[in-house]
Amino acid sequence: MALSRDDVEKVALLARLQLSEAELDTLTDELAQIVTYVDQLAEVDTGDVEPMAHAVELSNVFAADGVRPSLPREQALANAPAHNERGYLVPAVLGD
Amino acid sequence: MELLSLLSAGEITSVEVTQGYLDQISAEDGAVGAFLHADVDLALSKAAEVDRRRQANEPLGRLAGLPVAVKDVLCDTQMPATCASRMLENFRPPYDSTVVAKLKEADAVLIGRTNMDEFAMGGSTENSAYQLTRNPWDLERAPGGSSGGAAACVAARMAPLSIGTDTGGSIRQPAGLCGVVGLKPTYGRVSRYGLVAFASSLDQVGPLALNVADAALLLETIAGHDPLDSTSLDEPLPAYSTLVERPLEGLRLGIVREHFAEGLNPEVEEAVRAAVAVYESLGATVKEISLPHSKYAVATYYVIAPSEASSNLARYDGIHYGHRTDISAMQAELATEQKAFLAAGDQIAVDNMDSPLVRMYRRTRAEGFGSEVKRRIMLGTYALSAGYYDAYYLKALKVRRLIRQDFDAAFEEVDLIAGPVTAEPAFKLGQMSGDPLAMYLVDLYTVSANLAGLPGISLPCGFTTSGLPIGLQLQAAPLAEETLIRGARMFEQATDWHQRRPEKKQS
Repeated sequence: MALSRDDVEKVALLARLQLSEAELDTLTDELAQIVTYVDQLAEVDTGDVEPMAHAVELSNVFAADGVRPSLPREQALANAPAHNERGYLVPAVLGD
Repeated sequence: MELLSLLSAGEITSVEVTQGYLDQISAEDGAVGAFLHADVDLALSKAAEVDRRRQANEPLGRLAGLPVAVKDVLCDTQMPATCASRMLENFRPPYDSTVVAKLKEADAVLIGRTNMDEFAMGGSTENSAYQLTRNPWDLERAPGGSSGGAAACVAARMAPLSIGTDTGGSIRQPAGLCGVVGLKPTYGRVSRYGLVAFASSLDQVGPLALNVADAALLLETIAGHDPLDSTSLDEPLPAYSTLVERPLEGLRLGIVREHFAEGLNPEVEEAVRAAVAVYESLGATVKEISLPHSKYAVATYYVIAPSEASSNLARYDGIHYGHRTDISAMQAELATEQKAFLAAGDQIAVDNMDSPLVRMYRRTRAEGFGSEVKRRIMLGTYALSAGYYDAYYLKALKVRRLIRQDFDAAFEEVDLIAGPVTAEPAFKLGQMSGDPLAMYLVDLYTVSANLAGLPGISLPCGFTTSGLPIGLQLQAAPLAEETLIRGARMFEQATDWHQRRPEKKQS
């Protein structure tokens, strides 16, 4: 599957990355090379094989449904680039 | 461990031991660059506290007074945790990871934070946003990665024990290239709580040390079930530190046909075959086995790991923590773009412009991440995107099961699998830059253990004629760490490769 520069630009938006023109060029080449390498997986017969998402296939690990202390708000906010005493501050989402 | 015996016998104090390692860091780390952060006062005050408690005959933890270095990817409230990324330059963890909490409970002296590839993505530590780490055996060469600082600090005797993480070989490969012991436990053996996530179904924390017994001791300290990590295994924890000294009787050792295919450096092959001969002389039976899907392991890994990474790293949004782009510069950029589009009469381009919030994310991430991290996020986002999910991500998950089934069949016949850690000894710094695929292929022998969730260990088994260490990799069935360390210790007791040390770098 050939990977075009347009594809890379679309993926960059999905990935929330701003890429320079030079980065777009380089990444188009590099990703195409890697994807071509990965394409060899197509030759493996996986007809009846169940996908394996985890090395240890546990299911239904439950925790007790009780109230426990959590990170105090002040500490949760301490690393935020912008916050007030109540929450995180973000740029306007719906315009001015 | 000898140092621990001296400490507990009161023949040496923790302050003396800690100061000795701090002196070694001052002498060597200017050349090696293994540490991103060392807190001398914190280390010495912890050491003094342990000495005081020992004098007062108070109960002490398993590693009381012993320095341990920690890879800069595990949260510790008293240290930075940058993951060698600009994104987390000023991040201070609000809680301790379970591994760090266990080390503190064991009264270890946490001596510093080691360098790594940014977010553990890489195999040379060259992807660190902060500094290069050099291989103590040859300063022109890479220490491997991503736990390059963790391996180099042990090799250069700047810490007796260190903690690394392994997602595709990131403990075993640098251990092999730096001539130390590195163990990746079974997935779920060690808690990932407070480990900054790269690929959650593959990441595992493990020990690096100068010998297998020390690695076993550190593993025993950090392993065990943790309710805070729902993927951690609720299984009994063997006493690795004592069991390690019991050689295996009737060991069945497997050699993988595919490991000795073309591309394996002849000196590495010779050392690994000589190691197998040592096992035979110790009474092991050797059987050639096949892992037919192992040739697809790198391709499988480089779909699954970047996919998980692209999802995990979505959290770096410039809002909750970490770097945020300059908002007024971002707004000015959008205004300039809009003006240009309007002047050109291009209403479609105006309509398609990023919203301020999206542009904030995009600039934040562009500024905070290095090129390898961007590459993997892009690769993972592509593999998970509509139209490609089945062909790449789902397909890779299926091949992953076939890889695991190969191992399950192999471990019906053998107890341990022996082989090389890497096809080549340590490569030169810069040698792989500009060729990401070549760098990915270095993981050939290590990634399958992560995909299958198996434990693996790298231990020294020889040197090239130019004096570079060669690693032997042993792999065992899930949760068979006991077999792994006992088998590794047998080899170590019969050889003296692990006792060699690199020359001093500075005096």
